[in-house]
Amino acid sequence: MLENNDKLIIAGREFDSRLMVGTGKYADFHEMVRAIEVSGAQIITVAVRRVNISDRSKESLLDHIDLKKYTLLPNTAGCYTAEDAIRTCRLAREAGLSDFVKLEVLGDEKTLFPNNEELLKAAAVLVAEGFTVLPYTSDDPIVCKKLEDLGCAAVMPLGAPIGSGLGIRNPYNIRIILETVKVPVIVDAGVGTASDAAIAMELGCHGVLMNTAIAGAKDPVAMAEAMKLAVEAGRLAYRAGRIPMKLYANASSPLAGLIA
Amino acid sequence: MNITTNGEAASIDPSTVQDYLISLGIDPLRVAVELNLDILPKAQYQTTLLKEGDSLEIVHFVGGGA
Repeated sequence: MLENNDKLIIAGREFDSRLMVGTGKYADFHEMVRAIEVSGAQIITVAVRRVNISDRSKESLLDHIDLKKYTLLPNTAGCYTAEDAIRTCRLAREAGLSDFVKLEVLGDEKTLFPNNEELLKAAAVLVAEGFTVLPYTSDDPIVCKKLEDLGCAAVMPLGAPIGSGLGIRNPYNIRIILETVKVPVIVDAGVGTASDAAIAMELGCHGVLMNTAIAGAKDPVAMAEAMKLAVEAGRLAYRAGRIPMKLYANASSPLAGLIA
Repeated sequence: MNITTNGEAASIDPSTVQDYLISLGIDPLRVAVELNLDILPKAQYQTTLLKEGDSLEIVHFVGGGA
């Protein structure tokens, strides 16, 4: 029997949910709050941006998020250099008083693929400054190993480009990454629908992070629930241990006692 | 005196960072401040006086994923 204490552990902190969700692209705060709640996620990503000085009428994200319930994971989305990403992380720590950061350094606006050279530079500085660094990276086992060696608390390879919904395009690389590093592997980006999340978990990933797949669905709250179930189902199937694939049939009913 | 806030020129009366944030309608607990490219710890908002030519970045969390 499987034990019932399957926790995600990142930098010594335990989480019951293996689904992490973003807070962007929702129609309004009400929809965002409902979707996050239904998803069961305990870690939620946020972006760091300038306060609008001239127009203070807009509501603030943190007015809607219960900080006792959720761990905020500020990201460095939109940063294209190690320098900008480091600066953003320092501001995020001061704003949120937590060391957790989702580090991303982008290489190109069209693909939003990571610039791994700058990513490694930024990760080294941030780890030295005491940050708990969760880096968004290519599905490249060599880069993931380097990130682990630098002291990152997890690695977050992409399944496909951010917001593309193309799913896990290279499950073989994800498997090699899982064999290569000891820190949690969290698929970040590319998930389009529930089966994509389930596939990531069936491969043995420790978690999945997504935003657009939920926020961009026709019914985000319903999709949030689908993702929660998919992550749980995929994880349980991984732990249960699937049957090996075979080319030919293997009857489930006994051959003995056939009437003819 | 003249300072730069989030990239825009601003003309203000002499004040602390704390008072300036409040005058803008900003909850100091919900933001992070960079003063001349260095993070200003929250504990120093009340004791830090803004000077002519200072450059401030005031940021907060907004919705975002990747």
